[in-house]
Order: sequence, then structure tokens, then C-alpha cells
Amino acid sequence: MAKRTITQAIATITTNANLDGFLQGTIYKGNTKKICVPGLNCYSCPGAIGSCPIGSLQAVIGTIKYNVSLYVVGFMLLFGVLFGRFICGWLCPFGFIEDLLYKIPFRKIKVNNKVNCLLSYLKYVILALFVILLPMFLVNEFGMSPPYFCEYICPAGTLAGGVPLVFMNESLRGSLGYLFVWKVFILISVIIASLCIYRPFCRYLCPLGAFYALFNKVSFYKYQVDKNKCISCRACTDKCKMNIEVHKNPNSPECIRCGECVKSCPTKSLSSGLEL
Amino acid sequence: MNTTGAAKILGITKYGLLLMSFILIYAGIHRNEVSIMFKKAINICLECIGIG
Repeated sequence: MAKRTITQAIATITTNANLDGFLQGTIYKGNTKKICVPGLNCYSCPGAIGSCPIGSLQAVIGTIKYNVSLYVVGFMLLFGVLFGRFICGWLCPFGFIEDLLYKIPFRKIKVNNKVNCLLSYLKYVILALFVILLPMFLVNEFGMSPPYFCEYICPAGTLAGGVPLVFMNESLRGSLGYLFVWKVFILISVIIASLCIYRPFCRYLCPLGAFYALFNKVSFYKYQVDKNKCISCRACTDKCKMNIEVHKNPNSPECIRCGECVKSCPTKSLSSGLEL
Repeated sequence: MNTTGAAKILGITKYGLLLMSFILIYAGIHRNEVSIMFKKAINICLECIGIG
């Protein structure tokens, strides 16, 4: 099995190590939930032992006392500047699920580059609108707001939190309504899309991926093209499942650092690693 | 701008961002944000799981 798949499995299991939660239909309440995990992992997942950065960011912004969370932004900045979207490719549990879904034999669609480029901006809109602006300004009479992204969009919360908790708790089953139907619809849509398109949620919808994408060009973890060795054969570009011209833009904001391009290069001109 | 200059600016930027991340985390702890985040994380987020 590939090193990346093993790493993704370990990261997923480690960040969701509270097996008792799945058996009891409860969530973890230990002190490790004071720490943000790097990937998109709902803190209402029964197994989650850390906090989702996107959920936590909205939670603090949505209070009366604060309009911004320095603590959560600090964590996101730390992860972003160290690793950029390496986290998306190697550590994110929902990204791992999308990778596994794409492995299922199904008709595969390569998205047109122009359409892909246009749609990729949507995740930045979701980050700005649903994660930051709406929780900040669309508040109730008490000055508080819900986590809009989590409530209306996030399929990770539905899959990892909603489905197991509703399955295990009769009281929650009694409270289901149209919102759950909507969330399940989004989840099923993302699952079906993931069978055909590589990482559709990461490309077009994930606000955490949008944030980390801002750091791909400046992060410590970087890709490099040795121009003296590169023969512009486009083997890397043909291999890339994220529609990136790797030899021209090795640190594209869309690159999730899967490493397939590095393996495919016939002249070994592509390399990756921490640049101190 | 030559490549050496660009590399220098990149280096300053990433170390500056790294330092800023630690400062923000410390400032957030000092502002007592952790308790708010923790309180949300240890209770089932009904919005997150689709109940609202």
C-alpha cells in the first residue's frame, strides 16, 4: 500500500481515536479537544479527539464576546505556513474518504480546465461568506450566530457526526427535519461526485483547503522543479489529478501534494520537501 | 527583482508568519478563547450534525 494511503489512514484513526464514542453514541469530552486538528474533522464525530479548525473558528466568531478567534487562526496559520495543502493530501480524514471513493471503479470525468479554474474560486467564497462574514454579522437578538458552514454545507459533519450519532441516539432521531435531509443530500452529492471526479469537495467547496491554498507558495513544505533537468515532457501534468501544469506551477494553490507528479517525472527534476 | 532577493523576501515572510502564528495562539489563550472553543467541542453540535 502507498505511503500516502498509510499516512492518511493513521491520521484519520489518530484524530478519531475515541472508539468508545462510536459504541456509546456519545462524543469525546477530554482536554485534547482544546487543540485544533489540521484537517476537516467534525468535533461532533463520536471518535474525534480534537477540534475542527473551521467549526472552532465559527464557534468563537459566533459568540457575543469575540468577532475573531486569534487562537484558531493561529493554529490554522501554523499548519498553513508549515505544510500548506500537504495537509489536504496526507492528513485530512475527509480527503482520505474522497480518495477511497475515487478508487471505486466508476466512470471518471476529467473536468475542463476553464470550468475547473472557475469553480475552484467557490471555496474562497465559502470561506469568506459562510465561515467568516455570516457568523460575524448575521447574528440573532443576543448577538450570537450559528456555524453557518457547518450547519448548511459541511458534508464531513453529516458523515462523521450526524449519521453515527443519529443512528445511535433515539432522541436525536426524533429531532430530524428538513435540515438533515438537506445535509444528507449534500453528502450524497459529494459522494457521487467523488466517484467520478477526483476530490471535488477539496477543489470546489472546502474552506479549510481554501485557507491552506493561500500558503502553498510560501509554506516551508514546497515542490521544486529543476529547470536544468526538466524537458517539459508534461508527464507530471498528465499524471496530476488536480488539473495543474506542474512543471510550470509546482506550488499551485490547487496542489494537494499527493506526490504523483514527482514519481512520474522521467528526469527526476521534481522534488518536494521542507525548505528551511 | 532577482531570485536572491525574492528568496530572501520569501524566507522573511514564512518565518514571520510562523512567528505570528505562535503570537496569535498565545493571544487567544490569553483572551480565554480556549474555554469557548472547548465548550462547543465537548457538546454535540446540533447544527453540525444536521439538526440545527
